[in-house]
Amino acid sequence: MALLLKDGAVAENSWLAIDDEAVTVPEGPVIVSLERWRRDRAALSARNTPLGVRLKSDQLAGEVAADLDRFTLVALEFPVFRDGRAFSTARELREHHGFTGEIRAVGHVLPDQYQFLVRTGFTSVEVADTAKLESWRHALSEISVAYQAALTDDTPLSNLRRRVGTVG
Amino acid sequence: MTHLQAGPYHQAGQYHYDEIDRRFLAERVEQFRRQVERRISGELTEAEFRPLRLMNGLYLQLHAYMLRVAVPYGVLSSAQLRQLAAIGRKYDRGYGHFTTRQNLQFNWIKLVDVPAILDDLAKVDMHAIQTSGNCIRNVTTDQFAGAAEDEVVDPRVYAEIMRQWSTLHPEFTFLPRKFKIAITGSPHDRAALAIHDVAVRARRLADGAVGFDIYVGGGLGRSPFLAKLLREGLPEADLLAYLEAVLRIYNQYGRRDNIYKARIKILVHEVGIDKLRQQIDAEFERIRGPKYRLESAIVDAIRAHFAPPPFEVLPDEVPSVVVAMTGDAAFARWVQTNVVRHRQPGYASVTISLKPAGGIPGDATSEQMEAVADLAERFSFGELRVSHEQNLVLAHVRRDALHALWTELGKHGLETANAGLIGDIIACPGLDYCALANARSIPLAQQISERFADPERQHLIGELKIKMSGCINACGHHHVGHIGVLGVDKHGVETYQITIGGSADEKAALGAVVGPAVGYDEVTDKIERLVAAYLDWRLEGERFIDTVARLGVKAFRERVYGPAA
Repeated sequence: MALLLKDGAVAENSWLAIDDEAVTVPEGPVIVSLERWRRDRAALSARNTPLGVRLKSDQLAGEVAADLDRFTLVALEFPVFRDGRAFSTARELREHHGFTGEIRAVGHVLPDQYQFLVRTGFTSVEVADTAKLESWRHALSEISVAYQAALTDDTPLSNLRRRVGTVG
Repeated sequence: MTHLQAGPYHQAGQYHYDEIDRRFLAERVEQFRRQVERRISGELTEAEFRPLRLMNGLYLQLHAYMLRVAVPYGVLSSAQLRQLAAIGRKYDRGYGHFTTRQNLQFNWIKLVDVPAILDDLAKVDMHAIQTSGNCIRNVTTDQFAGAAEDEVVDPRVYAEIMRQWSTLHPEFTFLPRKFKIAITGSPHDRAALAIHDVAVRARRLADGAVGFDIYVGGGLGRSPFLAKLLREGLPEADLLAYLEAVLRIYNQYGRRDNIYKARIKILVHEVGIDKLRQQIDAEFERIRGPKYRLESAIVDAIRAHFAPPPFEVLPDEVPSVVVAMTGDAAFARWVQTNVVRHRQPGYASVTISLKPAGGIPGDATSEQMEAVADLAERFSFGELRVSHEQNLVLAHVRRDALHALWTELGKHGLETANAGLIGDIIACPGLDYCALANARSIPLAQQISERFADPERQHLIGELKIKMSGCINACGHHHVGHIGVLGVDKHGVETYQITIGGSADEKAALGAVVGPAVGYDEVTDKIERLVAAYLDWRLEGERFIDTVARLGVKAFRERVYGPAA
């Protein structure tokens, strides 16, 4: 059973991921693939519930830029944790396209990447493996200093350095 | 263990850690300790653990783990080198190996010892962060930075800024492939800019302010490319924003389907430099803004760490050196090759060769490291550097102390007078250590340096850079050697391809194959014949590389292999 994490804690997942082949789309907030969004754009737009779109790692921010006001959530997929494209996609969505909704990491991500996710604009992570929960809880407080500007930490400590993480 | 500040030479030209930096490092060591535990418990698979350990410098080689310690832009204090010597003695076999990326490798490490070693490194403000993995690697620079007579901008300041900026960068730690940055602040390129993913040439712009020319897409390996000019005259304030733009384009568009086509050089090659420049410039315009501006106050604060040491006011010519030179041919040879002019009158920079005849290029014993640490304190303000040519450098030595330094070096087998000569060979670890290698390179380098061991003969031949790799990945930079040697596996037999005419400086060039590949036992003979041809043909003042440029590769091929080859 997949868990959702926000701010280092387990959170309720109110979103339902919809298969491309599913004939009917249930009520409530749903996440569809970019392909399905393009195919069923009119029908999905007509619904009066929040809509999310899921991008594969080679589908970059520009693919949804024009439609971002339709989406409350963008899910970015990690086919494997080593594929770091989504870090750039998240940052482009925030910094370039001004997206303020939820950005969710889905797929194969490690606790060791949690802080990078947060600092590039992700707000939630879908965690497939509950056995790693303790590591995920710990991940945001492991490192308290960053050496470069990013999304979440605007107050420099000195020079290039900033305070990050959940412990002061 | 005392920290650097406690020593008498805290003015050493390097970035000094404060409590914030030390806290970061301690947290990072602790994080790795837990990663090792999670691997042992099975929470992390080997596939998941591998990139994490690589980003902490830990490789699994043929026979053991190898730990690659970061030496930021090659600068070390005496205290740090002593600690490396101690680690070598305690956890390795009493030596360490200096690399072409100005780092130090321990080749015989046990996984279980690694957290303790990282603790020991942290005690002298050192680490192994990002010395491997698909991230931004240790930034490299000119080994004579801050001392060179031709320097216009001190590259260490910007190397340190880039080091900090790239440390655990949240967006650029899972790139398509490794990413190497080099910087120089001199017209003469001693940092091999052309073979780096991004190269930065710091200079003075028309208004006198510091600016940068940025090059992209250099790299060796199976598809060698020299870096191309990407941006001229980038203002200082834009350095990090521009690098963010380059890295973001690479992270998004660099190929991830084939490890051999994943470096940015392939993106440059496939997309074309002009189109890539448009993409990067567009990204740069979006990123450029107050948040990513490199404020001059930050640059000034970091520059303060690299203030010149307290030089004595001295006359430029020192009679005692001249006297000693005339009386001692060996000392005179050493001064001629291993000593270069310094911008400060009365001082010089000294290369300590780690290439004795028959030795392993770049290796130093713990005793030698301790001796060099002591000599750095006595003669060079407690500071030293590692060069990409795998030697050590004392950057600020009084000219009138050169003879005393040379005498001391001689007591530790460190007085070899061959910097830049045929014995000063760059070689990768090769089949003796490396899991990727197809052929031996260290024993071959030993054989060549023994063949040309006679110091008089080496000096007669003059500047000649041999670079040797034991496989196509080209860690020994063979493409840019004046003579390059590449080991390949041909039906289970070690075979070597010889190239000539390569160069890694400001006139960078890739070497051309001089003839059919030869067996292990024939390489040294072929090199000897190339050298003999050069000696026959050279004009007054010509180096090997100049004669190759004038006469062409074909002339050498016919001389060495015969007209039919």
